[in-house]
Amino acid sequence: MDAILLQILNGLDKGSAYALIALGLTLIFGTLGVVNFAHGALFMIGAFCAVTFSKLLTLSHTIIDDTRKDFLGNPMKVDVPYIHEFVGQTTGDAIIDWAVPLSILFAVPVMIAIGFIMERGLIKHFYKRPHADQILVTFGLAIVLQEVIKFFYGANPIPTPAPAVFAGSFDFGAMLGFDPNTIIYPYWRLVYFGFAAVIIGAVFAFLQFTTFGMVVRAGMADRETVGLLGINIDKRFTIMFGIAAAVAGLAGVMYAPINSPNYHMGMDFLVLSFVVVVVGGMGSLPGAVLAGFLLGILESFASMSAILELIPGINQIIIYLVAIIILLTRPRGLMGRKGVMEE
Amino acid sequence: MFGLSKRDAGLLFVVALLCLFAPFILNPFPEGSAMAQFNGGYPDLMQRLVIFGIFAIGFNILFGLTGYLSFGHAAFLGVGSYAAIWMMKLLTMNVIPAIMVSVLVAGLFSLLVGWISLRRSGIYFSILTLAFAQMSYALAYSVLTPITGGETGLQPKHTDPRILDGALPAGQSPRANLFGLDMKASTQLQLGDWVFTFNAGYYIAAAIMLVAFYLSIRIFRSPLGMMLRAVKSNQQRMNYTGLNSKPYTLAAFVISGMYAGLAGGLLVAMDTQVGAERMFWTASGEVVLMTILGGAGTLIGPILGAGFIKYMENIVSKINDNVLHGWFSFMPDGIENFMVTIIHPFVGKGWHLTLGLLFMLVVIFLPGGLVEGGQRIGNLFKRKKADPKSPDGTTTTPAE
Repeated sequence: MDAILLQILNGLDKGSAYALIALGLTLIFGTLGVVNFAHGALFMIGAFCAVTFSKLLTLSHTIIDDTRKDFLGNPMKVDVPYIHEFVGQTTGDAIIDWAVPLSILFAVPVMIAIGFIMERGLIKHFYKRPHADQILVTFGLAIVLQEVIKFFYGANPIPTPAPAVFAGSFDFGAMLGFDPNTIIYPYWRLVYFGFAAVIIGAVFAFLQFTTFGMVVRAGMADRETVGLLGINIDKRFTIMFGIAAAVAGLAGVMYAPINSPNYHMGMDFLVLSFVVVVVGGMGSLPGAVLAGFLLGILESFASMSAILELIPGINQIIIYLVAIIILLTRPRGLMGRKGVMEE
Repeated sequence: MFGLSKRDAGLLFVVALLCLFAPFILNPFPEGSAMAQFNGGYPDLMQRLVIFGIFAIGFNILFGLTGYLSFGHAAFLGVGSYAAIWMMKLLTMNVIPAIMVSVLVAGLFSLLVGWISLRRSGIYFSILTLAFAQMSYALAYSVLTPITGGETGLQPKHTDPRILDGALPAGQSPRANLFGLDMKASTQLQLGDWVFTFNAGYYIAAAIMLVAFYLSIRIFRSPLGMMLRAVKSNQQRMNYTGLNSKPYTLAAFVISGMYAGLAGGLLVAMDTQVGAERMFWTASGEVVLMTILGGAGTLIGPILGAGFIKYMENIVSKINDNVLHGWFSFMPDGIENFMVTIIHPFVGKGWHLTLGLLFMLVVIFLPGGLVEGGQRIGNLFKRKKADPKSPDGTTTTPAE
């Protein structure tokens, strides 16, 4: 029982990342009808927003500290972040410690801007082209974005720690009445799951309860009629692209402490996210979220040692195996709508 | 000639001439000159050019004709490579059984994958092939390590059984050969400052590529090719006329899988080693890039694309800052440094950036690839000279 619970918890953080990326992919596909292979790159750029923001916060200048001496007896040179001068030392250190959560504020406008530029500059011209062309051009864009990041940040992963408060793990088992030390779970992963749940809830609420969201949903169902009613649906879809980019970016920002960002993390997630979208059903938002968590949890179950002894290597292939089975038995995925991508 | 129309025979002849004289064509600069690093006429690169040409020709039979975009073709290349290396370990270092078995095994594997994947079309097909390829890659890295060598890969060893070969003398490493002709054997021809290398392995690979190219022309011009093009233009209509298109698409899938296996077998025949990274999905993406860049659905396009990408990969990644400073040294220092700073991100380690940009530009502006580009330039000149009343009278239309 406790082992099962542990695997479900372990699957949640990866599942959250899958769900968030797949949600954005589905939003773009459902609104604009574009298969965006550059979405993983947006996730990666989000993670590097966190890196950039924490680098900016720790920009320092060197001062000479007369009270301390180095080993030669001279006054010691100390690097002091500029932020200490603005808000004082304690507040400054606290801000630096909380760099990753704070970089959300920095990442949202950046990601929305990147989304706008991508849609207006490139993807707009590909609505009428075949899906294969869309896949290919966004694949090329993904390579370019990835190489640009590699040029500026290097090829090595950059550790980006979470705030010290969340650094430890907590004993989940003891809380629920199991033996202590059986279910131990890092705080930050729990934060990530909560964050993902909030974002997913916000996106759904936005689509469900606002006039803007209602128009967008109407446009997804029948773009032409909405256009005939005198609504500029293209503009709204562009905004949705920006939002989808921001969702992917936020997923990346908060994932930075879990996995140190490197330039190819986007591609690693992209392939799996596409599998997730297809399993959930092209164009179905709840399907994408459901499949994201489902596959994340399945993956962590498959890496249990008891199962690995039974079927060696299953943890490497479980997601693809499930995808193949689902695609062959339920052609539209778990919750796919009729008539989407069936031509 | 060989059952080809005059134009196709001409194309085959041109490709054959290019292959024959590649050591000269790719080595236009004298040894030791400043431009010598643009010489591509060394055996390793020339072998890669023709082998990836075969890979792309095969991929084009599937993607160019039927429009099914497979993102998992590297798996067949990898499976072919593993089959070939095991032939070399168990039977003989002669490359003939290795290549034959690699084609056979890749064909069987692609029959299985194709039979399942072709139940869906469009992006679902792409994802299914991708899933199979990633599964093969993950398994080759982990559970199948006894067969695939895992991270270290496989090489022929001195201690392998090799039942057809006699025992190797001590201290001699096993070398791939064709009835005693070493694949790495080269003769060099020195003309003045120029040095040209003729490599046995390259010419064998080139001959096989010509056969593969000939077969692909025959497939393009056959009733099967016609049927596959019909699938691309409107599969639904085909099905409504009461025709089951699955056997045709499956045939195309297996043929292209066998081409990939052939390429994999040849890669092993040339460098006698294999690793799982050959099956990673970026390798599948690369063959897509090659085919699109050259021109999907055209006969010559995939060869051009494969040659172009592999040549540029080798040459561009060799350019470093010193070379750049050498080029711009005639300028004033400020402008020289400026130019070097501008170009620096695109060369050397930044080769992938150049590739990505180039690929985007081709997809955006030139969906027909290099072949279409060539035709547009050709038309530009023709229109100036020729009578406007007979446009496109003699232009070669792409096969699509």
